[in-house]
Amino acid sequence: MNSPLTATIAVTGMNATDNPAPGVPVARALRLDPSFQGRIIGLGYDPLDPGFYATGLLDGGAILPLPSAGREALLHRMRELVAQFGITVFIPTLDSEIRAVASLRDELLALGVHTFVPTVDAIDRSSKPQLPKLGAEPGVNVPESEPLMSADGLGKLIKKFELPVVVKGVYYGAYVCYTEADALASFRYYEATWGLPVIVQRHLDGDEYNVCALGDGTGATVGAVAMRKLALTDKGKGWSGVTVSSPALLELAAAVIRALKWRGPLEVEIMAAKGEMTADSLHVIEINPRFPAWCYLTAAAGQNLPSACARLALGERIATPLPAYKTGQMFVRISLDQVADMSTFGQLSALGILPFATPSA
Amino acid sequence: MKPRYERPVIVRHQVGSISKFGSRPSIRVYDKFEGVPIADLVSAYGSPLILFSERLLRERMRELRDQMATRIPRFTIGWSYKTNYLGAVCRVLHQEGAWAEVVSGLEMQMALRLGMPGHQILFNGPAKTDAELEMAFTKGAHVQMDHMDEVALVEKVAERMGIRPKVGIRVNMTELPTQSWDRFGFNLENGSALEAARRIVRRGVLEIDTLHIHVGTFVQDADAYRLAAKGIANLAKQLRDESNVSIDTIDMGGGFASRNTLQSQYLPGEQATPSFSQYVEKIAAGLDEAYGGAEWPRIVLETGRAIVDDSGILVASVVGNKRLTDGRRAVIIDAGVNLLPTAWWYRHDVFPAQDVHGTAEPTVFVGPLCMNIDVVRDRILFPALKAGDRVVVGRIGAYNVTQWMQFITARPNVVMVGLDGNHAIIRRAETVETLVQQEEMPAWL
Amino acid sequence: MSNTERLRELAISDAGFVFDPLTGHTYNVNGTALAVLRSLKEGATPEAVIAALHEQFETEPEDDIARDVYELVGRLREHGLVK
Repeated sequence: MNSPLTATIAVTGMNATDNPAPGVPVARALRLDPSFQGRIIGLGYDPLDPGFYATGLLDGGAILPLPSAGREALLHRMRELVAQFGITVFIPTLDSEIRAVASLRDELLALGVHTFVPTVDAIDRSSKPQLPKLGAEPGVNVPESEPLMSADGLGKLIKKFELPVVVKGVYYGAYVCYTEADALASFRYYEATWGLPVIVQRHLDGDEYNVCALGDGTGATVGAVAMRKLALTDKGKGWSGVTVSSPALLELAAAVIRALKWRGPLEVEIMAAKGEMTADSLHVIEINPRFPAWCYLTAAAGQNLPSACARLALGERIATPLPAYKTGQMFVRISLDQVADMSTFGQLSALGILPFATPSA
Repeated sequence: MKPRYERPVIVRHQVGSISKFGSRPSIRVYDKFEGVPIADLVSAYGSPLILFSERLLRERMRELRDQMATRIPRFTIGWSYKTNYLGAVCRVLHQEGAWAEVVSGLEMQMALRLGMPGHQILFNGPAKTDAELEMAFTKGAHVQMDHMDEVALVEKVAERMGIRPKVGIRVNMTELPTQSWDRFGFNLENGSALEAARRIVRRGVLEIDTLHIHVGTFVQDADAYRLAAKGIANLAKQLRDESNVSIDTIDMGGGFASRNTLQSQYLPGEQATPSFSQYVEKIAAGLDEAYGGAEWPRIVLETGRAIVDDSGILVASVVGNKRLTDGRRAVIIDAGVNLLPTAWWYRHDVFPAQDVHGTAEPTVFVGPLCMNIDVVRDRILFPALKAGDRVVVGRIGAYNVTQWMQFITARPNVVMVGLDGNHAIIRRAETVETLVQQEEMPAWL
Repeated sequence: MSNTERLRELAISDAGFVFDPLTGHTYNVNGTALAVLRSLKEGATPEAVIAALHEQFETEPEDDIARDVYELVGRLREHGLVK
């Protein structure tokens, strides 16, 4: 049995919409740990982020400044929130936050806030523009891709990769384009939404898998759970999935963690070319430097990676690797209308704070 | 004690998509510049006011120099005059060891007036004249050539002067993760750079000792510098092997991004922009891939923006407020895009220069020009400001005091704050006299 | 419905959160606007509100309370909260 987890843990990403952020599942996974005795503070960007209204999930909540406001603004806000809630662990869950938190690790620790996030260098090396270089690491295959700073190069890449190609935004989004016009439209869309570069990747035909894993920062893997999506929404987000056992998938995720000396959670998106589960067929198509929105499944299947992440942040020793998880464990998302109290909305919108002991707690 | 009055504000919540990126402003009051109260500086020098910090200029320059020194055995930093050619700014950087990198005869004369010796002037640009080239060679400046007609002109000038000067050629690469920058120099990938070099060697009038490449502008993918360094170093090796040409210098140009945030960029510049150390690391990696343990050429950098951008701010005063029909508050300030052309490509930080109170609202800062395009900062959450309040626009050191326009209003004082908090005008405010003294009135009018 | 009756329907929290049950719109107001709303709700005229604000708050010479209150009333009108 693990020692009691008594920390006050702040978790970002409370917008559990149909393009869900990972905050709610991280919070739920923490609550699933039988030795969890701490408190959970949900952090979001909008008073209407659904996670703030989830019954029994949070002990408190707060609004953060936009990631685009910069790291100083984040640090300033964290100082206020530490004073308000006594936060001791901080788990950022959005891509746009990870880099700022990684660069603020020491400043946060000085406030008494522990994090378990990758280094800025590792984040850079896992980023979409730099993914091709990771292919040089032992045991890691990646599909060819190139970052583009202007749409002029699109034609050349389409010739090189052949249609269809995958066009990706620098932070979010990927679209399989079957025509050149499609590719140009996607380029413009991602350029306007997330800025440059836009990434063009060779399309691999096959089955997609996702691994949610936790690296210890020395190159070792603390735990890893592989999942195949069973249903997607019209936005391409997984709506149900099932854990699978393939050792090749887990080995590939471990190779990524080894190569990047990854500290903290990550999701490795893997394409199994022609559906084959061999090391040669598996390609890393993307790395997300954070928990995925399906990470509650890791806890439900027997490897509570969010809880392990919080414990490692606090410097606890935990037995690694975590015990094997249960394969064939499914998740199915449901849309559920919560009945909410107007005062939750009022508090968050007027004060930016949902104090301890509010109706949702 | 009574609470302090603040302007009443009501904000209606909009029905909209719940995004991962909502809104909560964080307002920092910027009331001192280098320890000197901004209010004092404005009462001494007026508003608007452009301020430069001597300390920040020196620190950024030293940081780049130190980073280069740890990885590159021989190097030179050329200060890019077009980024900011105010004499006082240039002098500070020259004192820190920067050479002058100029792109016109006018800029060359500025460098000479500041006492730069000719051999520490790098002469670039796509449109050099016969007279400018003669001046450059007379003073001993280093000329880097852009196109074939220019090569012919340089050869003509050299022959006329009876000299065989050492020169450079500018090279471009298309296969870099940057916006295409191929209107300058000779292309590497299609062989025109090699062809140009061969032609110069065959003619024998000039001696090529430098290859110059410029990766782009505001380059945020530092890896572009590795690829460029490697590409140009391989060209140097090829020239050595086939024509016995000894390339002593590789000029890596400029293009390092500053910590400003582009309009098209999501994350703030302070997070997206590589550090000097990351850029220099990449240049060294590219050279290492090409040369390995063999001796590296001298490396020249022509960094402008990344050195000077942080060192300047603009102080402006609020003239008035109005409410736009879409509900945004518009704040009219006394400085516009005439002084701040970079507002067109950056989302500049704007700070209040005195305590502010109250709810932040979506605000647009517009300038004093009677022109719709005069927007200094679109959509920023800002608390209410009163007429007479001051705001600071951050990171304006690069390109503004060279690309500013004399349009509708006269340019204001530019002041440098020194290391001891001393301050002085480095460029006097213009008056109507400044402007009309250039004019002539024909006798028949 | 009179202005006072309309404003009395609003649920106004001390934190400055305003809910309009008639339309479902919600608002945030700052301290000054909160004071103005509450006075208008009690039937005060804008002129009386202006005088009250002068009493209630410490002001500076450049503060123009009258202009601000009329602008706020204009905003309330745009939002359909007063006629």
